[in-house]
Amino acid sequence: MTSTESLIDRRQLAYIASQAADARLNIELETEGMTLNIGPQHPATHGTLRIIAHLDGEQVVWAEPSCGYMHRGYEKLTEVRTYPQVTSLVNRIDWLGSFANEVPFILAAEKLMGIEAPPRAQWIRTILFELSRIANVSLFLGDLGVQLGAITPVFMAFRDREHVLNLIEATTGGRFHPNFDRIGGLKDDLPAGFIDETRAVMKTLRNFCTEIEDLLFGNEIFQSRTRGIGVIPKDIAMQYGLSGANARASGIDWDLRRDQSLPMAWDKVDWKVWTHPDGDSFARCWIRLQEVRESTRIVDQLLDNIPTGPIMAKVPRIIKVPEGEAWVSTENPLGEMGYYVVSKGDLGPFRTKIRSASFNNISIVPWILKGVYVPDIITILASLYFILGDIDR
Amino acid sequence: MIALLAADLPYWAQSLLRILGGLVAVLLPAGTIVYLFLFKMMSFMQSRLGPMEAGPYGSMQLFAEVGKWLQKEDITPARADRTIFKIAPLVVLASTFLLVAVVPFGPDAWFTNFEAGVFYLLAVSSVSVLGILMAGWSSANKYSLLGGLRAAGQLIAYELPMVLAVIGVIIQAGTMNLQGIVVAQNGGSMFGWNGLGNPYILTQFTGFIIFMIAVQAELTQTPFDMPIAESELVSGYMTEYSGFRFLTFFIAEFATAGVFSLIASVLFLGGWGVPFAWFDWKSIDDISDWMNVVGPLIMFTKMMVLAFVIMWVRFSYPRFREDQLQRFAWKVLIPISLVNIMITAILKVAF
Repeated sequence: MTSTESLIDRRQLAYIASQAADARLNIELETEGMTLNIGPQHPATHGTLRIIAHLDGEQVVWAEPSCGYMHRGYEKLTEVRTYPQVTSLVNRIDWLGSFANEVPFILAAEKLMGIEAPPRAQWIRTILFELSRIANVSLFLGDLGVQLGAITPVFMAFRDREHVLNLIEATTGGRFHPNFDRIGGLKDDLPAGFIDETRAVMKTLRNFCTEIEDLLFGNEIFQSRTRGIGVIPKDIAMQYGLSGANARASGIDWDLRRDQSLPMAWDKVDWKVWTHPDGDSFARCWIRLQEVRESTRIVDQLLDNIPTGPIMAKVPRIIKVPEGEAWVSTENPLGEMGYYVVSKGDLGPFRTKIRSASFNNISIVPWILKGVYVPDIITILASLYFILGDIDR
Repeated sequence: MIALLAADLPYWAQSLLRILGGLVAVLLPAGTIVYLFLFKMMSFMQSRLGPMEAGPYGSMQLFAEVGKWLQKEDITPARADRTIFKIAPLVVLASTFLLVAVVPFGPDAWFTNFEAGVFYLLAVSSVSVLGILMAGWSSANKYSLLGGLRAAGQLIAYELPMVLAVIGVIIQAGTMNLQGIVVAQNGGSMFGWNGLGNPYILTQFTGFIIFMIAVQAELTQTPFDMPIAESELVSGYMTEYSGFRFLTFFIAEFATAGVFSLIASVLFLGGWGVPFAWFDWKSIDDISDWMNVVGPLIMFTKMMVLAFVIMWVRFSYPRFREDQLQRFAWKVLIPISLVNIMITAILKVAF
C-alpha cells in the first residue's frame, strides 16, 4: 500500500517527462502559464466549488479545489436543535438523495438510546434509502452526458427520476426533503398502492439503465473520453479515503451495506457489490450504472416480503438521549456518510461530526488533475460525482 | 426569370433584389432550422414539448426570442478590445452571406454564377474562423481565449478533409462551377443508367460522409463543439456577448448550418435539379422556366434533410476532446479522402 513504485505510476512519470520537455520549450519560446479559475460559478461544478487550475496551454500544471462557498454550518446548527429536529437539517446535505442522510443520524441516536426500530420500519427505511439512491444516481447518469456534451440523457434521467420522486412524495409528503425518519421508527406507514406502483417504477428504471447504457456507455466517443482518463490506483484511493463507487471502481471491494450489520434490511435480500479493476472515469460511471440496477433489485425483493406490524417502537414522548458517544455510517449514494454524535443527556446533541462522502472524494482532485487537459477536468470531476451540499455541509 | 434578374432592370433594382434574396436565403433556413429542429425536434427527442405558448405550437417563439435579445443591454467588457469585439460577430455572419452568394437555386435563379464557385466557397468558409478568433481574443476572458484558439485549430484542421472530399466531386463533374456540378449530376448517368441522373451521394459516398463530418466540425456542432462547450468553457468565444451581438452569433451558427446544407445538397444531392432523363432534357437550355420556382423548393427540402442529420447527430452524441479531434482529422479523414481522390481519378480515366 505504501510502495513508491505504485505511488508514481506510469502516467505520472510520463507527465513529469512531458513537463521537463515543456520547460525546455518554454525557455526558448518564453511562454508563461495561465491560472484558470473554474468556478465558483461554473456549470461543471454543480454549485459553487472553485477549482484553481494553473494551465500550461490546455494542460493542467497543478490544480486545487477550494470549497466552503456554500458552507451552512450544519454541524454547529445541530447543537441548538433537538434530536427530532436535526433530520430536517441533515437531509439538505446531499440534496439529491436526502432520505439517505437522515438514516445514519437516526441510527446513531437509536444506538445511544438502546432502541431498535420494528422490522416493518427497517424494511421501509431500506426501501426509501434505496429509492433515494436511485433518485440520486440516475440523475448522475443523465448529468454525465451533459458534462461530456450530450444533451439528451439528462432529460431521460429527469423523466424517469420523476417517478421515483413521486413514490417518495407519496410516502413522505416531500419530494426532496422528506424529513420522514423518526427515532424508533418512521412517521407514517406506506400509502395504499405503493407496492404495485413501485414495482412498475423499478421496471421503468431498469429500462432507463438499458437506454443510458446504449446511448452513452456504448458510444465510442464517450468511451474515448472516459477510458483511461483519471485513473486512481487502489492504494491511492485508499490513502485519500475515497468511498462508495469511487473506491469500488478502483477495485476496493467495500460496501458498508454488506460489510457492517445495521438494523436495516440489506442483509435479508440477495444483491451484488460490483467492483471494477480499471479505476478510470469509465469504471466509476459504470459502477454507478450497475448500482442503480442493484438498487432496483433490492427494492423489488424487499417489496416481496415486507413484514407486518408497527412502524414505531416505544419511545418516550420527549426524547432525551442518554450520555454517550456513537458513530454510525452507512453507504450513501455518494459514498460513506457517517455521524459521530456526542450526547450529554440533553434534548439535542452536544456535538455532531458529519463525515460526508464528497468532501473526502474531492480531496484527491489535486493529485488526479495533474497533467490532464482542460476537457478532462470536467470528465474527472463528473465521474468523481460530488454534490456541493455534501462537500460544504 | 432571366429577364427579371439580369437584363431589363436597372442595376440598383437588381442589387436590391439580390440583397433581399440573400437575406431570405440565409434567414429563412436559419429560422426554420431553429424552430423545427432546435426547438421542436430536440424537445421531442428529449420527451418534452418545447415551446408551446408563443403562437400555435410555439411557432412564434423565435420572434419572441429575437425581441428579448434586442431589448438586452449591449455589454462590452471593460478590458475588451472594443472595436474588434464589436466587429467580430459581423465578420462571422458576413462569411455566411458570402457563402450563399454562389449557391444556385434554379437554372437562372442565382446571385452570381461564378466559374470557380467551389474554390470560392472553400476559401470564404474560413472567414468565419477570423471572426471567432477575433471574438475569443478581444473578449479579455480566459474561457473565450481557450474557445477561440480551439475553434481556430479545429476549423483549420477540418478545412482540409472538406477540400479533399470536394475534389472527388470536381473530378467527376469536370467543373468547379456549382451550376455545372448540378447539371453534371442531373444530366449524368451511373454506369450507363440515367434513371436518377448521377447524384454524387451514390458515386461519391465516402466523399459525402467526410464532407458531412467536416461540416459538423466547421459548424462547431456536437460532437465537435469544443469551442463553445457549455459544460467546460461556458460557451467559449461567445461568453462575453449579450443582446444583439449574441443574436448575431446565434443567427450565424444556424444560418451557416443551413448554407452548408445547401452546399452539400448542391455538391452531392443534385441541387435544385430533377434527373433530366425524366423530362427528356438534353442540356441546361432545355430546362423549363418553372424550375426557377420549383428548384428552390427542391433545394429547401434537401437542405432540411441534411440539416436534420446534422442536428440529429448534435442532439445524441457526446463531445470529442480537442486532441482526439485533431487525431481524427489528420489520421483518419485525410488519408481516407486522399485514397478516395485517387480511386475517383482512376475510375474517371478508366470509364
